[in-house]
Amino acid sequence: MPAVQETIDRVRSIDLDQYKYGFETTIEMEKSEKGLSEDVIRFISAKKNEPAWLLEWRLDAYKRWLTMKEPEWARVEYDRVDYNDIYYYAAPKRQAAQSLDEIDPEILKTYEKLGIPLREVEVLEGIAPERRVAVDAVFDSVSVATTFKKELAKAGVIFMPISEAVHEHPELVKKYLGSVVPVTDNFFATLNSAVFSDGSFVYIPPGVRCPMELSTYFRINERDTGQFERTLIIADKGSYVSYLEGCTAPKRDDNQLHAAVVELVALDDAEIKYSTVQNWYPGDNEGRGGIYNFVTKRGDCRGARSKISWTQVETGSAITWKYPSCILRGDDSRGEFYSIAVSNGMQQVDSGTKMIHLGKNTTSRIISKGISAGRSQNTYRGLVSAHKKAKGARNFTNCDSLLIGDQCGAHTVPYIESKNASAVFEHEATTSKISEDQKFYCQQRGLSEEEATALIVNGFVRDVLQQLPMEFAVEAQKLISISLEGSVG
Amino acid sequence: MADIANLRTNAETGLSKLFETARASFATEEKIAREEAFKFFEATGLPSRRVEAFKYTDLRAAITDAAPPAETPSAEIARSASEAAKGFSGIEAVRLTFVNGHLIEALSDLARVPAGVSVRTLSAALSAGDPLLKSLAPVAQARENPVYQLNAAFMADGALISVEAGAKVETPLHLRFVGTGGNAFSTATRVLVALAEGAELTVLESHEGPDGVAYQPNDALDVTIADGAAFRHTRLNAEGDAAIALSTLSARLGAASHIETVNLVTGAVLSRHQLYLHFAGEEATAVVNGAAMLGHGRLADSTLLADHAAVGGVSREMFKTVIDGDSTGVFQGKIIVRQVAQQTDGKMKSDCLLLSDEGQMMNKPELEIFADDVACGHGATCGAPDEELLFYLRARGLPKAEAESLLVQAFVGEAIEAVTHEDARAALIGTIEAWLKARH
Repeated sequence: MPAVQETIDRVRSIDLDQYKYGFETTIEMEKSEKGLSEDVIRFISAKKNEPAWLLEWRLDAYKRWLTMKEPEWARVEYDRVDYNDIYYYAAPKRQAAQSLDEIDPEILKTYEKLGIPLREVEVLEGIAPERRVAVDAVFDSVSVATTFKKELAKAGVIFMPISEAVHEHPELVKKYLGSVVPVTDNFFATLNSAVFSDGSFVYIPPGVRCPMELSTYFRINERDTGQFERTLIIADKGSYVSYLEGCTAPKRDDNQLHAAVVELVALDDAEIKYSTVQNWYPGDNEGRGGIYNFVTKRGDCRGARSKISWTQVETGSAITWKYPSCILRGDDSRGEFYSIAVSNGMQQVDSGTKMIHLGKNTTSRIISKGISAGRSQNTYRGLVSAHKKAKGARNFTNCDSLLIGDQCGAHTVPYIESKNASAVFEHEATTSKISEDQKFYCQQRGLSEEEATALIVNGFVRDVLQQLPMEFAVEAQKLISISLEGSVG
Repeated sequence: MADIANLRTNAETGLSKLFETARASFATEEKIAREEAFKFFEATGLPSRRVEAFKYTDLRAAITDAAPPAETPSAEIARSASEAAKGFSGIEAVRLTFVNGHLIEALSDLARVPAGVSVRTLSAALSAGDPLLKSLAPVAQARENPVYQLNAAFMADGALISVEAGAKVETPLHLRFVGTGGNAFSTATRVLVALAEGAELTVLESHEGPDGVAYQPNDALDVTIADGAAFRHTRLNAEGDAAIALSTLSARLGAASHIETVNLVTGAVLSRHQLYLHFAGEEATAVVNGAAMLGHGRLADSTLLADHAAVGGVSREMFKTVIDGDSTGVFQGKIIVRQVAQQTDGKMKSDCLLLSDEGQMMNKPELEIFADDVACGHGATCGAPDEELLFYLRARGLPKAEAESLLVQAFVGEAIEAVTHEDARAALIGTIEAWLKARH
C-alpha cells in the first residue's frame, strides 16, 4: 500500500476516531448461501469455473476440517465463530473484466478513499511517486483489479488473481499449491483450503528481478462474511521480488473472520521480501467488533542460498493469531522476521514466527517489537529449531516488549530447540516501560506527552521500520502513533 | 486430548492400585487431602508431551511401570547405604538421613539440632496433627502439577523443620537421601522448612542411589520464608544412572526475604526439578541457579515458575546445561509479573554447551507481564565450545581434553558461584571436576 501524501495528510487529520478505514461501501453483492457445506464449496468452485482436481482438493480439505478442533493454545480469548452463520463467498455483482471502466464505480471510489491507485495511467504520467507498485485489489471474495499486468508480463513475471492462475498456469498452481502449507496443516489453514476464494499468484522466472514492487490490497466489506484469501508466490532460481500486503475493513459491532493462507517458495538463490501492514478494524475501546485475524503464512527456502524475509506491522484486528514462518531447507538459506505488533484497547495479539533449520549453514534472524497499551494483551510466540542435519545453523532472536499503562500485558513464549552441536542460537528478550527520563527530556524540549511517547516508540521500533519499503515505513510509522492515541495520560 | 488421557497406561493403573492399597493406613484427616491429591493426579494421568508443561519430558512414555513404594530398610542395610553416600559428606552439618525415602533416626542428628531449630518427622507430625502441616504446599500453582500432587498422595516420610524468629543458624542442615536395593522401587518424601521472621538457615540436600536400578524418587521440599528471613539451599542430584527422579521445590517469600537455591544434576537417566517461587511480600529477592552435566542418553529438565505478586521483587535465574553423548537438556522458565508487582526486576538466563552432535537442548524461557513499571528480561544461548578459545588454550600446550574441561568448568562455574556456603560450593565444583575426569 503506497502511502501517498494524500494518505499521510488524511492520517494527520484523524482526531479522536482512530480507525480511518471504517467506512462501508454499498454495492450489490452476490453471495453464497450462509454456512458451510459441500454445496457451498461446489458453488464457490463453480463460480470460479475451477477444474475438477481443485474441487476435489477443496472437498478433501473440508472433510478433514470437519474432524479438526479449533486451536486453543494461543493466549487469546474470544467468542468462538459460528462457522455456519457466515457467508463464505461474497462478490460484487458487476465484476471487472478487461478494463477499469467496467468496475463498479463504488469500488473504484472505495480504493480511492483508501489511497490505493488502481489506475495505471496516472501513475505512468508521473503524477504519483516515481516508484511504481503493481496492485491486486481483493474485495471480499474476489480480485477486482490487477494493475501493470502487461508490463510485468514483458519481464516474464506472472502477477494475477489465483483464480485466473488456476486456468492460465495450472501446472504451476498444481505443483506449488499446498506444498508449503499442507491442506491438513491446522484448523484455519484447512478451512481456507476448502473455501478460499481469491488472492494473488506470483511467479518470477529464473534470473529475473521483478521490475516493480507487487502488492495486494485486501478489503473486507460485506457484513457477515469471512475473507479467505490464498496467496502463492514462487521465486524461481536467482530471482527477486518484493511484495507488499495491506488490509482494512469497515467498522462494525460484530466480529468478522479472516483466515488466509500465504505460501512462499524460494528456489536456488532466489529472494522474497514480504511486507505486511495489517490494519483490519480492531474493534472499539470496549472490545466490540473487530476482525479475527487467523492467518497461516509460511515460506519455504527450498533452494540453496535462497532467502525469505517477513516484515510485518500489526496494528489492527481484534484477535491476531499469526506466525509467519520460514522452513530453511536449502543449504545456506536465510530466513528473517521483523515484526512490530501494536495493541491497544481490548486487542489481543498472539503472533511470532517459526524458523525451522533443516539445511546446512542456514541462518535466521528474528526482531520482534511488541507494544501494548490500553487493556490489550500482546504475546510473542516463536520457535527456533535446528535439526540434526542442520550443521552450522545460526539464529539470533531479539524480542522486546514495551508496556504503556498498567492495564495491559506483554508476554513472551519462545521455544528454542537445538539438535546439533554446531548450531549456535542466541535469544534475548526484554520487557520495560517507557523511561520517564526519556519522556521528560522530550517534554522539556516542547513535545507534548503524546508526541514524546510516539517519538520514543518510533525509536523502539526503528530496527523493524528500516526493513520496510520506504512508503510503507512512513505509513507504518503513522499507523503506530495512531494506534497508540489515547493510551497516554 | 481428553480421549487420550482416558486410555490409562500400565503405570497409571499400577499407581491407582498402589494408592488403593496404601489408603487403608492413612489417618482420617490426611486421607481426605491425599485422596484429593490422587484424584487430581488421576484426572490428568502421567503427563505426556501433549501437555504443554511436559512437552519435552514425556513422563507417560518414560514411566512404564509403577514401582512399588520402598519398605523401611533394616538398620544394617540403612547403615551401609548411608556410609556409601558421598554427597556433602565431608561438610560439618546436622544430618537427616533418609534411606529409600524413610527417615532413619539412628542415622540422623535429631538429638543435636541447633538452637532455634526444631525438627519433627512427617509421620509424627501427621499422627499428632501438627499445626505446621497447614504450611504444606505453600504455592498454589504447584498444586496444579501432577508430579507434585502424586507426591502429596503418596508422601511416606519426611520432616517438618521450623526455625524461630531471628535465629540465624550457622550450621547447615543436610538432608541426605540415599536409595538402595536391586529392584525398582519408588519413594515420596516431603520436607517442610518454615522460617519465622528474620530467621536464617542453610540446607544442603543430596540424592544418591544405586546404578542400574530403575527406582523412582519423587521428592518435594516446601519452604515458607517469613518477612526478613533468608533460606539458602544447595542441592545435588547424583542419583543412580537408571533412576527417574522427580522433585519439586515450592517456596513462598515474605517481605524483604531472600532465597538462594542452586541445583546440580549429574545423575538419573531422567530428572525433572520443578521450582515454584511465589513472591508474596514486597522486595523479596531470589537467586535461582541450576547446572546439569549430562551424558549417556540422559535427560534433565529444569522447570521454573517465578510469580511476582508484590512490589519490588528481584529474581535472578541462571541455568547452565552441558550436554555430552545423546543426552537432552530441557529448560522451561517462566516469570510472571502481576499487575500489583510494580518495580519488579527479573532476569532469567539459560545457556547450553553442546559437546556432542547427538545431544539436544530445548529452551523455553517465558515472560508474562501485567505491570508496566518493570525491568524483565531473559536470554537463552546454545552452541558448541568456542573454537577460538579452545585454540588459545591448546596453543599454550594444553591437550584438547583438558582445554575443553577448562572451558566447561568456567561455563558451569558461573551458576555454582552463587552458593554462599563455601564448603558446599567446593563440593559441587569437586563433583563437576569428577564428571569431567570420568568423561575422558
